[in-house]
Amino acid sequence: MLDLLPGNAAEVMLGESATREAVAALTHKLGLDRPAWERYTHWMAGLATLDVGDSYSYNAPITQLIAERLVVTVPLALMAMALTTGLALTLGVYAASRHNRFGDVGVMAASQIGIAIPNFWFAILLVLLFAVQLGWFSAGGFPGWTEADGGGLWAGLAALVLPAVSLAVVQAAILARITRSAVLDVQREDFVRTARAKGLSQRAVLWRHVLRNAFVPVLTVMGLQFATLVTGTIVVEQVFSLPGLGRLIFQAISNRDVVLVQNIVMLLAAVVIAINFVVDVLYAVIDPRLKVHAA
Amino acid sequence: MTFAQRALRHKSFVVGGVLVALLLLVALLSFVWTPHPATEIDVPNKLKPPSATYWLGTDSLGRDIVSLLIVGARYSIAVGLIAVGIGITVGVALGLLAAARRGWFEELVMRFSDLTLAFPALLTAIMLTAIYGPGLVTSIVAIGIFNIPEFARITRASANAVWTREFVLAARACGKGRARITFEHVLPNIASVLIVQATIRFAIAILAEAALSYLGLGTQPPMPSWGRMLNEGQSMMYQAPLLAVWPGLAIVLTVLGLNLMGDGLRDLLDPRLARQR
Repeated sequence: MLDLLPGNAAEVMLGESATREAVAALTHKLGLDRPAWERYTHWMAGLATLDVGDSYSYNAPITQLIAERLVVTVPLALMAMALTTGLALTLGVYAASRHNRFGDVGVMAASQIGIAIPNFWFAILLVLLFAVQLGWFSAGGFPGWTEADGGGLWAGLAALVLPAVSLAVVQAAILARITRSAVLDVQREDFVRTARAKGLSQRAVLWRHVLRNAFVPVLTVMGLQFATLVTGTIVVEQVFSLPGLGRLIFQAISNRDVVLVQNIVMLLAAVVIAINFVVDVLYAVIDPRLKVHAA
Repeated sequence: MTFAQRALRHKSFVVGGVLVALLLLVALLSFVWTPHPATEIDVPNKLKPPSATYWLGTDSLGRDIVSLLIVGARYSIAVGLIAVGIGITVGVALGLLAAARRGWFEELVMRFSDLTLAFPALLTAIMLTAIYGPGLVTSIVAIGIFNIPEFARITRASANAVWTREFVLAARACGKGRARITFEHVLPNIASVLIVQATIRFAIAILAEAALSYLGLGTQPPMPSWGRMLNEGQSMMYQAPLLAVWPGLAIVLTVLGLNLMGDGLRDLLDPRLARQR
């Protein structure tokens, strides 16, 4: 699709002052003078062997550059998703159990404000409070996962706490609302009334019947949220100066390394698609009726 | 009870409406008045705390924060309006056509939507910025492109439901063509869904523009922008912490207002949903 747009990556990389010969040479070097389908199949074949070419600005294999940054971005995204899920399920179930009472109204009001907060602003507020005022965490940077790098497991995790919280709180605000409304819907079902009539405890009804059935819509939104989380990671990494994929993409933009930018964007889009696929598979695990229906 | 009476009794709608009206008022006011010239650099008065002269203080270049926020509102609204406009114009047209024609065209529109949705707005913007350079127009186009599949999907789903109704069958029996039915029956019946969606997408567009400007990919200097003010505020965090607070508050109040108004409109335009929630 990018090929349909006017312009040429070689022109962008070399800038406006580049000579026509230099642009032509780089165009040939990057293979941009070949047809789009040929480049696409070549790129796909490269993807299969994890060799999509070298970065123009770093003079290093693109897959190696990306792999180095994933050790920061992947743990950050996973921490944020775990926090989001824990926070949202707790708040959503609590709000549903206090339906139309003070607790419910409080959680819903807080989540309405949470949805309106940009995650990067929340990140800045966390830095202001916990790094600048209280000094509990560092304002940014990443020490590395090993002691040889000057960091270690705990130091690395500590550096990711504030970024993960800033990503999670905003996402949890949305997910808590979905959880509350899904739990309320399921609680009205006949089988829940039967379970209660059978004499099951409130906790058993909630865990065995309500949450399992309410989890299908919650999972759908979690899948969609992962896309937002991935892009959120790019921005939040900038706030905390974390050497992840987000930082790499901006360095690539300032170095005019279009090929590297394209590869990172394609990777992130592939992650979004893969997560949605996993969510589809998980539906059948959570609710076997869906598998029967699909068959 | 009339729509206006019901609207005035709806708390979310009233709070959201007041916040959005204030934002519009402030943005319009910026064309004729600001407390100080928004882009005028006044280094001797840099990093002043809030006072009677500078209500929220000044930034590192001595510019008045209130004036920058007021003019910044103008650009946020412009980005939101144009990006949602692109989404509505192209997305609604595609959705209506898909619902009217069905078959391969509908499949094509839906698969195009799936493809575009795999690239979140920020990724699209980053890709476009890498190719065309940062700027207001690039960010508007990127956010607008992302809005197209959203509107196309919602329009198609809502329009398909209308096409199955008896009054559409009656219109076809009267000899009306697909285009006439689309404009006379389908579009008016899905307008409320589109209005609600437009307010939500407006809020998302403002958040996306702020993120892009924060990253230096959106509105460029000397145009004031809430996102870039946050970036500048962050670099002055130790000297003047409040600089990073005001623009964020402006974004939160705007998005909160639009979301509350959207929720309120949904309840008012479709009372069945209000009862269900």
